[in-house]
Amino acid sequence: MANKQVNKKNDIDYDAIAQQASFKALVRRKNTFLWSITAVFLCGYLLLPILTSYTTILHQKAIGDITWVWIYSAGLFVMTWGLCHLYVAKANSFDKEAKAIIAEYENGGNH
Amino acid sequence: MNNGMSLIAVFFFVAIVGLTLVITWWASKRTSSASDFYTAGGGLTGWQNGLAIAGDYLSAASFLGIAGAVALFGFDGFFFSIGYLVAYLVVLYIVAEPLRNLGKFTLADMITARFDKAKVRGTAALSTITIVLFYMIAQLVGAGALIQLLLGIDYWIAVLLVGTMMTIYVLFGGMTATSWVQIIKACLLMLGTVIISFLVLREFNFSIANMFTEMKTVTENGEDYLNPGLKYTNGIDTISMLIALVLGTAGLPHILMRFFTVKDAQTARSSVIWATWIVGIFYVLTIFLGFGAAAFVGKENIIAANAAGNMAAPLLAKQLGGDILFSFVCAVAFATILAVVAGLVLSGASALSHDIYGQIIKKGKVTEKQQVTAARLGSIAIAVVSIILALGAQTLNVAFLVSIAFCIAASSNLPVIIYTIYWKRFNTAGAVTAMLTGLISALILVAVSPNVWNPVEGKAIFVGTALISLTNPAIISVPLGFLGGFIGTLLSKETDAAKYREVDVKANTGISVQDVSH
Repeated sequence: MANKQVNKKNDIDYDAIAQQASFKALVRRKNTFLWSITAVFLCGYLLLPILTSYTTILHQKAIGDITWVWIYSAGLFVMTWGLCHLYVAKANSFDKEAKAIIAEYENGGNH
Repeated sequence: MNNGMSLIAVFFFVAIVGLTLVITWWASKRTSSASDFYTAGGGLTGWQNGLAIAGDYLSAASFLGIAGAVALFGFDGFFFSIGYLVAYLVVLYIVAEPLRNLGKFTLADMITARFDKAKVRGTAALSTITIVLFYMIAQLVGAGALIQLLLGIDYWIAVLLVGTMMTIYVLFGGMTATSWVQIIKACLLMLGTVIISFLVLREFNFSIANMFTEMKTVTENGEDYLNPGLKYTNGIDTISMLIALVLGTAGLPHILMRFFTVKDAQTARSSVIWATWIVGIFYVLTIFLGFGAAAFVGKENIIAANAAGNMAAPLLAKQLGGDILFSFVCAVAFATILAVVAGLVLSGASALSHDIYGQIIKKGKVTEKQQVTAARLGSIAIAVVSIILALGAQTLNVAFLVSIAFCIAASSNLPVIIYTIYWKRFNTAGAVTAMLTGLISALILVAVSPNVWNPVEGKAIFVGTALISLTNPAIISVPLGFLGGFIGTLLSKETDAAKYREVDVKANTGISVQDVSH
């Protein structure tokens, strides 16, 4: 939403930031990370109904009477928590880069 | 069940209603601006918002529905738990932070950060309101049936009771009251679930292996109880349902709205972590609730109380913990419903009052006071419409209604969110066609599905043969939503390279006017 109250001298030159090499590099690495992990967990997740619907390999017993389907599901839970924390670790480092990008913009002679 | 209401149960119900009203009274004094009303002033901390997300998300369908489904169908019931949890990864990785960085009160705010057109905002508001109404009817129908069963009062009185409570929270306390009702409900729900799970594990000598061995023999399904296939036998349909669950969450308006209640993307991030742990632990425990109910209550007793299995958890509580635990669990179920419907009213009202009235009709020229008044009137409108619809929908299957809401959210909202953030060429025409294609195709496919048509009278809404065999059409409607947005974009020459650069910078750096010191 265009903020009408913003006066000229407070306007941010988004194009200038978008042109910074550091910004382009951050966005590229960030998107590669986000989408490759998303592809991995979605595949891991959708493999479950595919395996249970079209094969019986997860119906076999794994530990005592616990069948593989429960182990696979437990794996998906662990994966979810693990990827959450991986995200936080990555995002914190992206935050630092974003900060540096803004600092670069502020010092970059827009005044 | 009807005379199962003891003095203890009345005590718990009154305590919960009383506590939530005190919160509402306290919150009402802090609710003066539109931002207070819709987002609690953006002042929630990570753990508070995380608990509130969990409280908003763990509906009666999760607590009562999944426990019942696991009790009756073993592993097939547990599919829901897996889908509802993994969905948080989609929220965290793809949606949460850009949404927080771009939006203000609603999903439409975020999309119009890039395409500031009334038709885009209007379509987003339409999609939001449709999802909210389906989800809300499901919760109210479930609530009515549950309270009818627990208190022995008529369905319509039960619906009016829940409807009145939710309206009071939202009307007077806005997002602050709603958030705290959700936080308290999440704590109570976790407490109740942990206690029952502990009692179940104790019965199995605290051995999970032992529990699985025993479960082989206690149901009439024998060893099959521990494997998939008791309920879902159509592979494509199972996959389709799981797609709706995992992608739908990231498009649910009342969940998305929760990201505007925190001050920045970092807090949004930490709140998703909190929510994922709480929600995940809860879903693990649904195994104990379900297995325990199947072993100690028995399928016949569960079905006798409610054909869909919704009474499995309360009955298990009664079996293992007596009247006190039963009353406590029933009161928690009641609190669960109240917290979820309050969140839904608020997100519906934000689309109606902020998007349609404030931004489209009044073109953003509204005073703070008018905004708050509009928000309150919008809440009443959403509440009244959903109560009326719920009164007429008593016989509809709750799980079916919830799955439609997830399917529309995944088909209509998710494609437009992803394109807006990540696709440079995307444009106004694409935004409208993405939402409309997803919304309309999901609705049409559900309307011709076996949920609506069945040759046997009484099995579905109409007698007849369904055109498709899918009960959940996400596997078709989600790709259609993406395709609709893609084609709509290419058919229009409009591009917005400069605006996209702005959105890209904002989404990735969180930069806003305040951040840059001059």
